[in-house]
Amino acid sequence: MSLNYTKKTISHFLHPQNLGSVKNADACVSIGNMVCGDQLSFSIKVKDGIIKDIKFLSFGCASNIATASVLTERAKGITLAKAKSLKWEKIVEDLGGLPNQKIHCSILAVEGLKKVIAEYEAKHPVPLVKLVKKKSKK
Amino acid sequence: MDNAATTKIDPRVLAKMKPYYLRHYGNASSIHALGQENDLAIKACKAKIGQIFQANPDGLVFTSSATEANNFIIKGVMRANQEKGKHLIVSAIEHPCVLNSARELADEGYRVDYLPVDSDGLVKLDELEKMMKPETVLVSVMAVNNEIGVIQDIAKISELVHKKGAYFHTDAVQAIPYLNLDIKKLRIDFMSLSAHKFYGPLGAGLAFINPDIKIKPLIVGGGQENGLRAGTYNIPAIVGLTEALILSYKERTAYIKKVKALRDYFWTKIKQAIPEVYLNGSASKRTPNNLNIRFRRIEGEAILMDLSFKGIYVSTGSACSAQNLKVSATLKALGLDSADLNSNIRFSLGRYNTKAEIDYTVKCLKDTVKRLRQFTPIV
Repeated sequence: MSLNYTKKTISHFLHPQNLGSVKNADACVSIGNMVCGDQLSFSIKVKDGIIKDIKFLSFGCASNIATASVLTERAKGITLAKAKSLKWEKIVEDLGGLPNQKIHCSILAVEGLKKVIAEYEAKHPVPLVKLVKKKSKK
Repeated sequence: MDNAATTKIDPRVLAKMKPYYLRHYGNASSIHALGQENDLAIKACKAKIGQIFQANPDGLVFTSSATEANNFIIKGVMRANQEKGKHLIVSAIEHPCVLNSARELADEGYRVDYLPVDSDGLVKLDELEKMMKPETVLVSVMAVNNEIGVIQDIAKISELVHKKGAYFHTDAVQAIPYLNLDIKKLRIDFMSLSAHKFYGPLGAGLAFINPDIKIKPLIVGGGQENGLRAGTYNIPAIVGLTEALILSYKERTAYIKKVKALRDYFWTKIKQAIPEVYLNGSASKRTPNNLNIRFRRIEGEAILMDLSFKGIYVSTGSACSAQNLKVSATLKALGLDSADLNSNIRFSLGRYNTKAEIDYTVKCLKDTVKRLRQFTPIV
């Protein structure tokens, strides 16, 4: 099997960023890949609609670890709206490419991010007043 | 540490092969002298191999690999003996080349049953007895499993299979030189080997067939190997395979002693250094080169990659390392907890491994496992 990881992927695998769990996290979720059995956990701290901190845990292969690592780097400090629109293709691009059979790792990481944001939003619903204000501004 | 994947060729084997590239390069099917001396060389090789296994030299067919030999035997015997029946039994822990040959036959309308194993990895003989029918043509059970190194009771299986009137095939790729395979005594009808697993060249496989049983060729062409396997005889490979087999059995006792001492030392050291490690498959009915270890809570491919960067090369049955993203059939058949299916590493020792390498590996392994367990979400 051809499985040549890029230097960037290897570097993120050997030195993953944002490992662990955020203290007093606003939301945390686990996500598993039914196909290969990999798992990721994400926890986030949000302030004023911005992801202030994000950390992850991984039970997975080198590319599972690397994609989650690169994803947390991208997600940190951006708005929830922007984070929600993050595409897995961007993660692959960041790593300089992934072997074909490892593309699903990047999809899992992006899904995990969306899931943790959804969890946050479910726990912190936007007050109705704000919504009305927004609409009336339009 | 990955000698079950392939081995480094023995320089003595390579030396025997070289003249067949540079001087004796004749096509063994040519009737001139340069060809015929190689025809004789092949016959001499078959006679020597026959002696090692008490096998009929006329029942030896050289192939390009054990994968080809297994495809040839399984498909060839089933397709040639349809009047006897269309039922095939293979063990659940066979190599993919056997499992996929069986699958292909199932697609063609043959009935295939998969013989289960117990938690040690040994096939269930009572199940085999129940599975066998009057129309069972062939039963295929590997002598030694490629992942967990578990040794099957070939004598008993063969006896049962013949009692029920079927033919017996064993994939013995991982059995050299650990088992003494007396084909006659064990009544093995069909057997497959691969030279690169025992310090021989790549591209050299061998099928043992019982000339009294009908078999269809897989590759047809110019009629080589009595019409059973077409294609120009690969003389250097045949010579290399033969020499590697001879040396393997000649030096067997010292070799087994060496790898067993290293393997036992290795396992003791791992258990001392790392918590939550378990052996997959039987500890006693196992070849002395193999350790297949479950490292709980972390993933096999990640362990493999981390070790690889430290210059240590191993294998894993984890789904992440497979082209089809499916976990190994062998580990699944053992009935491992689903959380543990992707946490396994195979170490397979060989002739060139040293105690210093084992010590270095244990040291690195300890760091690798510690690092990966630091950020696992599994408790």
